[in-house]
Amino acid sequence: MTPQPAPETGPLLGKLSLDALPLHEPILVVTFIVVALGGLAVLWAITRYRLWGYLWKEWFTTVDHKRIGIMYMILGLIMFLRGFSDAIMMRLQQAMAFGGSEGYLPAHHYDQVFTAHGVIMIFFVAMPFITGLMNYIVPLQIGARDVSFPFLNNFSFWMTTAGAALCMISLFVGEFAQTGWLAYPPLSGLAYSPNVGVDYYIWSLQIAGVGTTLSGINMVVTMLKLRAPGMGLMKMPVFTWTSLCANILIVATFPVLTATLALLSLDRYVGTNFFTNDFGGSPMMYVNLIWIWGHPEVYILILPLFGVFSEVTSTFSGKKLFGYTSMVYATICITILSYLVWLHHFFTMGSGASVNSFFGITTMVISIPTGAKLFNWLFTMYRGRIRFELPMMWTVAFMLTFVVGGMTGVLLAVPPADFVLHNSLFLVAHFHNVIIGGVLFGLFAAINYWWPKAFGFRLDPFWGKVSFWCWVPGFWLAFMPLYILGLMGVTRRMRVFDDPSLQIWFVVAGFGAAVIAVGIAAMLIQFAVSIWRRDQLRDETGDPWEGRTLEWATSSPPPDYNFAFTPVIHDLDAWHDMKRRGHGRPVTGFRDIHMPSNTGAGVILAGISLVMGFALVWHIWWLVGVSFAALIGVAIAHTFNYKRDFDIPAATVAAVEDARTRRLAATGA
Amino acid sequence: MPEMLHRSTARFRLLAPLGLLPLLAGCNMVVLDPAGDVARQQGNLILISTGLMLLIIVPVMILTVVFAWRYRAANRQATYKPDWDHSTQLELVIWAAPLLIIICLGALTWVATHLLDPYRPLARTAPGQAIAAEVRPVEVQVVALDWKWLFIYPDQGIATVNELALPAHRPVRFRISASSVMNSFYIPALAGQIYAMPGMETKLHGVFNQTGQYTGFSANYSGWGFSDMRFAVKSLSDADFAKWVAATKAGGGTLDRTAYLKLEKPSEKVPAQRFAAVEPQLFDAIVNMCVEPGKMCMHDMMSIDAAGGAGIAGIHNVRRLSYDKYAARGTEPGYWGQRYVGALCSSPLMASADIPDAAPVDLAPLTGAGLPSPETPAAAVTAMIRRPAAASPQS
Repeated sequence: MTPQPAPETGPLLGKLSLDALPLHEPILVVTFIVVALGGLAVLWAITRYRLWGYLWKEWFTTVDHKRIGIMYMILGLIMFLRGFSDAIMMRLQQAMAFGGSEGYLPAHHYDQVFTAHGVIMIFFVAMPFITGLMNYIVPLQIGARDVSFPFLNNFSFWMTTAGAALCMISLFVGEFAQTGWLAYPPLSGLAYSPNVGVDYYIWSLQIAGVGTTLSGINMVVTMLKLRAPGMGLMKMPVFTWTSLCANILIVATFPVLTATLALLSLDRYVGTNFFTNDFGGSPMMYVNLIWIWGHPEVYILILPLFGVFSEVTSTFSGKKLFGYTSMVYATICITILSYLVWLHHFFTMGSGASVNSFFGITTMVISIPTGAKLFNWLFTMYRGRIRFELPMMWTVAFMLTFVVGGMTGVLLAVPPADFVLHNSLFLVAHFHNVIIGGVLFGLFAAINYWWPKAFGFRLDPFWGKVSFWCWVPGFWLAFMPLYILGLMGVTRRMRVFDDPSLQIWFVVAGFGAAVIAVGIAAMLIQFAVSIWRRDQLRDETGDPWEGRTLEWATSSPPPDYNFAFTPVIHDLDAWHDMKRRGHGRPVTGFRDIHMPSNTGAGVILAGISLVMGFALVWHIWWLVGVSFAALIGVAIAHTFNYKRDFDIPAATVAAVEDARTRRLAATGA
Repeated sequence: MPEMLHRSTARFRLLAPLGLLPLLAGCNMVVLDPAGDVARQQGNLILISTGLMLLIIVPVMILTVVFAWRYRAANRQATYKPDWDHSTQLELVIWAAPLLIIICLGALTWVATHLLDPYRPLARTAPGQAIAAEVRPVEVQVVALDWKWLFIYPDQGIATVNELALPAHRPVRFRISASSVMNSFYIPALAGQIYAMPGMETKLHGVFNQTGQYTGFSANYSGWGFSDMRFAVKSLSDADFAKWVAATKAGGGTLDRTAYLKLEKPSEKVPAQRFAAVEPQLFDAIVNMCVEPGKMCMHDMMSIDAAGGAGIAGIHNVRRLSYDKYAARGTEPGYWGQRYVGALCSSPLMASADIPDAAPVDLAPLTGAGLPSPETPAAAVTAMIRRPAAASPQS
């Protein structure tokens, strides 16, 4: 199989032609048909039940942080299913391609699959999940009515969605990058990737990156400026603290990613030589830059979940969090140190021993605050009264899983050990161990923990436990073999193998992936069953877990304005403190509440960005021009929109609060 | 120190993968049980570090399970202290325990990283077998091509593709480059990997301690043919190696620039190939990206630049420094295809990218204070290791 030449460029459609449709790939054709039918069914249902107006007015144009948070979670879930399908395809290929068999995926397809898997899981699954979580919870935890810049929040969400959509379009129109998820040049340069795959990669990340950066700024400002009176920094809940640190990391590092990808696109579009082999370009520069973003990125993902585990452990142990202050300082240490370790991703590039040991040791130092956190959770459980509800089960599973991932991480930080383990399946097992065992388990804990807050009913525990007991052993089954294969010298991103003794391990790993698939199915069933049985699972109190932080003080789901009166904070566990002091819910004296108005500008801007990204990918220059002009035009027009805010009348607030008073009375609370 | 590494791991090797042992009896963990001294030290380091970390990981896991069980809500016997949230002593332990482990591991890392630096010429072929100063390592020039490996033996004047033969028990020095994209040169049985990058040269030193057949491959994804970018590695006795060289020389075939340019074109699953003769300056030309006729070598350009450049005139004198855009993968020229570099002059100093390695160093100072120097009789060393009070910092 020889690489295809770069396609011809026409004036009307750029590089786009019928050849771009992957009609010769049966897997993609079938996928397309299924997706198209599913999509049509959804569109039909929305039209049939006249939901377009409702969706547009109540959801797409919303500036309510809670609804945006939920939309982020839905985006993450949909993309998770795509990313997981990629994972299953890889497991299947690697379990099959032995003894001269080519498996079922040709290189052109397989290389896109592993690239897309990484890109989607990090940018369009993990990022939307944590952004959604922070969006929903942080304003509630600090007693705010919304984020600082509500329109920006809506715009950020739609830009992230537009990036994800562009990435998904590559599945059916053209191709995705075949470079690995970080697109190292020179392989990702025009000379070695002349087709549109890398361009899809660049523009989907650039568009989504706008959303991520803006939402980072938004969250930082929210946490610094909108805390309820009395909530000093050292009275912020730990989840808010870790979110603050994660968002500071976002604001500081995503511009690096944007700049790096911009340089790469200049190389590809304008003929510059930042990362080419010739004319003084340096691919090593790209590798450094991308990891200067890439390493803090993994802490962006894990830090908020550390916060989740803190909240969950403290709540379900019925105890104050042990060592709050040291927890905060550990988070800050990790935030700072995460900038000082990027080179450990490429010890093998040939830096000197002193450089390598410096970065190896800084990496190990991160394990000190991380270890301290772990001990703090342990001693929060110590002398507690632990209720093993699902969030707590996920937390214990996390503690047992994550330490192993942490250990192999420190191992990889020893440069001579890395020389033999770098790029091996051991490495693959390591980062899945921390990302699944840390980020994903944390998300599952968070979803089970805060679902009642968002929807007013709990998740069904039975299907939750089925999912738990598939996920945890499934994870070990899927990734332990990869650790072993790594020690057997097997490298990553391989499509075919010739040593038959390896096959059994790949089969076991594939079996593990199948168990995880059952876990995912059980989770989807859990959501469906819970929605079906929502009346039995209903929680009227707004505080189903004996919570300690402010979000549990309001109703579930919270009213649009979150809190009728902004609470005054006296203690760290604000809600626990209010309950202990016999705080009475105010039932009279409501006033008008000033709130931001919904706007469609975010959807429109992101839609135009999507068109522009597509045009840039295919070199359709007239469309690039038109959509760019439209982008500027809509942005200017939006500044003339003076209907930005409104007041919720005191009577409405009173009605909502009275209804809650009646419900509380009815349940005897 | 290397001996120490080796010996003190004996215990850890038993301890670390204990639970997995029955499961793993059947598989060949080449990373932990390699055939070369360098890889063996790297493998041992994995075991030592794992052992060190288990000192803290195992108690944490046990405590997690114990606390989770003991303080379950149903157990009303257990103490319940809902407001207990601070203990200075505990906090000290919490921060100090990982810190101590990391201090040990950090010291071990610093020393081992310097000792096992792939650029450092070997000082020994095996524990206790120092290399005499006059011994020259076997030199192999390695080029990662799309998608196969070229090995040039400058001293023997031969070259091979996808087949690497090395004499056992003799130090080997690899000079590594690539023709188009980044790969990673890795023979797990011999030594750790190092990236192979176009227009650049990296180095690696290793030695085989036994004869046998092994495999090498690219450990960095490089495109469509990456999976089959594997090569056979033969570790031969001196006599067999001489025979192999002679057979290669008798086999015919010459690797000159023309043959190289043909070889460089993308191809997959390439069978082993041998060349009886090789153009002497080929590797330098590859590193300097000037194998193709009419290309200016990078070192020429660098010497122009070092002399302050040729000013405006230089722009017009320059013809085809471009390399990527006419790349071996057969892609079309980029938009800016016509560039104009012509060779002007050459600095002999820069002509060769082969900057000599530093001399092998005496490792004794690196063993750290309080450790026995390599002169200490073996029995005394063993005794010291056994005595916990005098144990080395990493054990």
